[in-house]
Amino acid sequence: MSLIEAPRTPTRGHRTGGINWEKWGWIYMRASGVVLIVLIFGHLFVNLVAGEGVKAIDFAFVGGKLADPFWIVWDGLMLWLALIHGGNGMRTLVNDYATNPKVRKVLLIGIAASTVILIILGTLVITTFDPCPAGADPALLPSFCEAS
Amino acid sequence: MPEKSASNLVAEPQSPPKIRSPKRPAGTLYRGKEGMWSWVLHRITGVAIYFFLLVHILDTALVRVSPEAYNAVIDTYKTPLMGLGEIALVAAIAFHAFNGLRIILIDFWAFGAKHQRTMFWVVIGLWVVLLAAFIPRQLMHIFGG
Repeated sequence: MSLIEAPRTPTRGHRTGGINWEKWGWIYMRASGVVLIVLIFGHLFVNLVAGEGVKAIDFAFVGGKLADPFWIVWDGLMLWLALIHGGNGMRTLVNDYATNPKVRKVLLIGIAASTVILIILGTLVITTFDPCPAGADPALLPSFCEAS
Repeated sequence: MPEKSASNLVAEPQSPPKIRSPKRPAGTLYRGKEGMWSWVLHRITGVAIYFFLLVHILDTALVRVSPEAYNAVIDTYKTPLMGLGEIALVAAIAFHAFNGLRIILIDFWAFGAKHQRTMFWVVIGLWVVLLAAFIPRQLMHIFGG
């Protein structure tokens, strides 16, 4: 066997059925990417460009947004699509550059763990969020909290 | 005789390839020139955006802790230094987004692979236009009192 294998030589032999996860990952990167362009540009416009931009962001601003199911769905979709898109991208880089198998395994487990933990954390935050927490300083809350 | 039998075996070319070879070495899709540098930039911007995303999910999660905790952290995003950092973030996201669309066009459309170099400069053009719109607005917000 020569030192340099022919291009397209399979590393682990030919596939013998089962789900082709690499193919679905490839498709996912493109499909989620297109949706994320809409979601993230919309997010950036509302939070950085419109009105007073970044200076308008505080608890009351976020509370006002997350009191609306529209923004819960928007932020939730962004959370899931972006984290999996980013995690899968980082997996590609680790597979390309981490030549030590042990280092590679640690990095891949780290990426998978942070993806799962942050998706659970983020989903819990936006679904259990209370824009008018009891006992909080009313000056820091969204204006609609005063009515209740 | 061998020539005759060989010519019988070779199928007539149905549609000759119309892509002309470049006059100078122009690189391939992923080796050299625009193809390679767009790939390098896509990786660098992707990693940068990924680490911002991790931090951004954690800082936003503070809305579940208390209004004071969230406001204290988000106020650091309003400083001039972080304001410039937001310009870098938007620049990275815009390149990754436009070049991502270029990659999709290359993958699914023969025209895309043929004109990937032109499309790289279209990506850069769109990127410049978006930043020309965003940067003055952002500078207004962070330095405009």
